[in-house]
Amino acid sequence: MQALYAQLLVGLINGSFYALLSLGLAVIFGMLNIINFAHGALYMMGAFVAYFLLNLGGINYWWALLLAPIIVGIFGMILERTMLQWLTGLDHLYGLLLTFGIALIVQGVFQNYFGSSGLPYAIPDQLRGGMNLGFMFLPVYRGWVVVFSLVVCLATWFLIEKTQLGAYLRAATENPTLVRAFGINVPRMITLTYGLGVGLAALAGVLSAPINQVRPLMGADLIIVVFAVVVIGGMGSIMGSIITGFALGVIEGLTKYFYPEASNTVVFVLMVLVLLVKPTGLTGRAA
Amino acid sequence: MTTLTDDTLPVTPRAMRDEMIVFAVMALLLASVPFTGVYPFFVMQALCFALLACAFNLLIGYGGLLSFGHAMFLGTAGYCSAHALKVWALPPELGILVGIAAAFALSIVTGYISIRRQGIYFSMITLALSQLLYFIYLQAPFTHGEDGIQGIPQGHMFGVLDLSKPTVLYYVVLVGFLAGFLLIFRIINSPFGEVLKSIRENEQRAISLGYRTDQYKFLAFILSGTLAGFAGALKVFVAQNASLTDVHWTMSGEVVLMTLVGGLGTIFGPVVGAFAIIAMQQYLASFGQWVTVIQGSIFVICVLTFRRGVIGEIAHYFRRSL
Repeated sequence: MQALYAQLLVGLINGSFYALLSLGLAVIFGMLNIINFAHGALYMMGAFVAYFLLNLGGINYWWALLLAPIIVGIFGMILERTMLQWLTGLDHLYGLLLTFGIALIVQGVFQNYFGSSGLPYAIPDQLRGGMNLGFMFLPVYRGWVVVFSLVVCLATWFLIEKTQLGAYLRAATENPTLVRAFGINVPRMITLTYGLGVGLAALAGVLSAPINQVRPLMGADLIIVVFAVVVIGGMGSIMGSIITGFALGVIEGLTKYFYPEASNTVVFVLMVLVLLVKPTGLTGRAA
Repeated sequence: MTTLTDDTLPVTPRAMRDEMIVFAVMALLLASVPFTGVYPFFVMQALCFALLACAFNLLIGYGGLLSFGHAMFLGTAGYCSAHALKVWALPPELGILVGIAAAFALSIVTGYISIRRQGIYFSMITLALSQLLYFIYLQAPFTHGEDGIQGIPQGHMFGVLDLSKPTVLYYVVLVGFLAGFLLIFRIINSPFGEVLKSIRENEQRAISLGYRTDQYKFLAFILSGTLAGFAGALKVFVAQNASLTDVHWTMSGEVVLMTLVGGLGTIFGPVVGAFAIIAMQQYLASFGQWVTVIQGSIFVICVLTFRRGVIGEIAHYFRRSL
C-alpha cells in the first residue's frame, strides 16, 4: 500500500505540472490563437533561472518562486512583441511552427552550455523532511508542490473568470475588434496574456527543479504529454484544463503502480480512447 | 484568414509542361550523380528524405493538414523492413513491401483517429501518436531498444541487382524516389487532388458542394503515410540500420523544416528543402548542438519572412506553379 500512495503522490505532482502547463496553453491559445510549442522550453528556462539565482546571486527558492516567472514572463513578452505578433491573421499552423523553432533555439543553446545531464537544486530548508500521515510518509516538499500548484491554478481561474480584468480578457478572446472599440488596449493585453501563460510555465519549472533536477531537455518530452492532455480536455474551459491535468497525473501514477510498462504511454492511449468516443474532447468545443 | 498558399495558380497544360521539363532536368541531374564524384551516400540519404518530405507535403500542401508525426511512418516501415530482411531473411523487394504494408496499416489506424480533429488539434494528435509509438518501440523486443536493428543485409534485388555495390544501390534508390515522386505528382493533378485543394482552400464550401471531405482527407492521410513508409523502407538499405532516431519527434520536426524551406504546397520544394537540410547537417556536424539552434533559427526566419519557401518564391516570381 505504501508504494501505491507514493505513486499516487508522484501522479499528483506530475498532474500539477500538467495542469499549470495546459492552463497556460489554453490561456495563450484563447488570446493569440497560437499553440505555444515553446511552452516546454520556457518551463525549462524557469528551472534554470531558479538555478542561476541560487548559484550566481545567492537568491533563495522563495524569491526564485516570484522572480523566475517574472523574468521568463518578460522574455516571453519580448518574444511576443518581436515575433509572434506578426502572425496575426495567418493560419494557426504558422504559430506552431514559429514557436517550435523558438523551442529548438532555446533548448539547443542550453544544451550547448549544460550538456544533457541534470544539475542539482536543493530543497529549501523550510520544506525538508517529511510527515508521517499514518497511512503513508509524506515528504513535505512534494506535498507543498501539490498544494501550491492547486492554489495557483485556482487563483488563475479566479482571475480570468471572476475579475474585471478577466472579463476584458474573455471578451477580447471572443471579439477583439469590438473590445478595442471600447478603448481597451487589446495588443497590450495580448502581450500580458502571453507573459502570464509563460510565467505559469516558468513557475512549474521552479517547482519541479528540486524534484526532477534541472536539465535542458526537461520540457521537451513533457510538452508532448501536455499536448495530449490538452487534446483530451479541450482548451475551451480553464477549470477543465485544471481538472484534466490533475486527473491524468493521478491516472498515470496509478498506472505506474499497477502496470509500470504502460506508464509512459497511458496518457496517449487515453487520448486515443477519448478521440474515438468523443472527438471534441471532454470539455472542448468543436474545433 | 490567409491559407497556407494564398496564391495558387490553376493547372494549365502549359504549367504541366513546365513541371515535366523541370522533372526531366531533375531526373537527369540525379542520374548523372555517380559520374560526378559526389559522395553517393549523401545523395541517397537526401533522396530518402526528399521522398519523405514530398509525402508529408501531400498532406500539408494539398490537404492543409500539418502532421507533426510523420517520423512514425518512416520509423515503422524502417523497423519492419529491417526485421524482415535480417530475421526473416526475405529478399530486398519483399522487405520493402513489408515496410510499406506496415506503414499502410499504421496510417489507416492513426488516420482514423487523428482526422477527427482539424487544424492545430490534428498536429498535436499526430505528434502524440508518434510519441506513443516511440515509447512502444523503445520497449518492444524486436527493435532492440536503444541499439536499434543493425547490420542489415542488403542482398540481391530480384535476385540480380547486388545492392551492396554503391552504384547499383544508388540507381535502385533513385528509381524508387522517382517512382514515388511521379505518383505524388499524379495524385496532385488528379481529380482527387483537385478536390483536396478545394478542401484546403474552403472546407465548408467543399462540404456544401456535396463532397465527403473527411473521406478525402482520410485517403490523403493514408497515401501520405504509405509513401512516407516507402521512404523509410528505402532508407534501411542506405543506412543499414533502423533506430529510435527515425521515430523521434525531432525527425518529424526536420521533415516539416525541409518542406517549409523548400516551399509548402510546391511540387519540387520538398526535394530542394531535403537536400538543403541534409547538406547543412553534413557540413555542420562538428558543431554539435548548434545545428539544433540553426535549425530553429531557420524555422523562425522562414515563418516570419519567407513563408513561400525557395521554390515557392521562384514560382511566385515567374507566376508558375512548380
